[in-house]
Amino acid sequence: MKRKFWIGAGALLLCGGGILWASDHGDAPAVSAKPTDITDIYAFQSPENANDMVFIGNVQGLLTPAATGKATFDPNTMIEFNIDNTGDNIEDLVIQCVPTNGKMYIYGPVKPVQPGLTSKISGNAAVIAEITPYVAATPSITSKNGMKVFAGPRDDPFFFDVGQYVKFVSGEATGFNNPGTDALAGTNVMSVVLQLPKSSLNSSGSINVWLETKQKK
Amino acid sequence: MKITKSYFIMALLAIGTSLQSCNSDDDQPADPNTGSEYAIVGDQSARPGVNIVFISAADHDKFNATVPSAMGTAFQPQLQARLLSLNPDYTKNFLGLDAATFSGVLATDVLSVSTTGTTTYYDGTNVLTGRKLEDDVIDFSFKLIFGGENGTSNPSLISDHVDKNDKTFLSTFPYEAAPW
Repeated sequence: MKRKFWIGAGALLLCGGGILWASDHGDAPAVSAKPTDITDIYAFQSPENANDMVFIGNVQGLLTPAATGKATFDPNTMIEFNIDNTGDNIEDLVIQCVPTNGKMYIYGPVKPVQPGLTSKISGNAAVIAEITPYVAATPSITSKNGMKVFAGPRDDPFFFDVGQYVKFVSGEATGFNNPGTDALAGTNVMSVVLQLPKSSLNSSGSINVWLETKQKK
Repeated sequence: MKITKSYFIMALLAIGTSLQSCNSDDDQPADPNTGSEYAIVGDQSARPGVNIVFISAADHDKFNATVPSAMGTAFQPQLQARLLSLNPDYTKNFLGLDAATFSGVLATDVLSVSTTGTTTYYDGTNVLTGRKLEDDVIDFSFKLIFGGENGTSNPSLISDHVDKNDKTFLSTFPYEAAPW
């Protein structure tokens, strides 16, 4: 492994936000430290019920406890889960999460008005969910018609030694340490957690999923 | 008697009209968001790290504004070049993918999820069938980039030796741990 390649790659990688590398944490100039900043999406079969799927979408990474106390979901930002169930990487269903009047309105899963980067809301919310405040002792869970929703701050579930990664791409180190240091330890994210029946995904075995944030015109 | 009868009829008509409006659909409050349009692109993500590691800084915003069905054409060459600059010795990874194939898979940034079976990023057997909270996506990804055909090359690069989250996950909804 030639170090000069690292320095070149490292310089390019560090241009956009330096130490904020981690999953998708602060990946692009337009989204760094903004309410639209996505950290991660997770999708897994519910451990509570094999007939249900869990989707988790996390935004606003690297929140310290103090910052979490002031963090809110931005009313102008939609958090949208996109689901392709035909294998063409075009969304057949969306689940749109929109904070409104202190609650999290969940629309879908529903066929999008039009696929693509512009999203429109049609119809009524499937669930109007409580947003759990930072100081709450227990998470508020809203259930309706087979869907469970949580919205609020949680411990960032991502783990990675970002610091050491940055050191070796800049040429300062030749690899990772053992043990490493989790750069996300002690930080929070704003999270939407959904659990819903797999049957509502109209899938014949596999889906492709991605998360988008977008803001109102 | 004539006057009483007309009042009676008018009263019946009034009751009938008010009953009709009680049965109409607009006693349900209208949804506050219906019709709203969200057209200002924010962020887009599926698999951890694709944008930040493989796409040039100058193109991060462009990547976020590209729909997944167009990502392959737009970004596979750039992704392949970046893969080879990160690991000039890359031939195939431990899944058997050459540089062109691997970068093609990565370029379309979607998370594939099984709706019938085990959901995991990688558990030693199942590959890219979902993403659980506890999946060590970093080790899997770096092993694919640097680990060579056996997954054991470049031992100092194929694991960051951070194997779990700072808090234990919950076995019940909402699964993520309480905030700090």
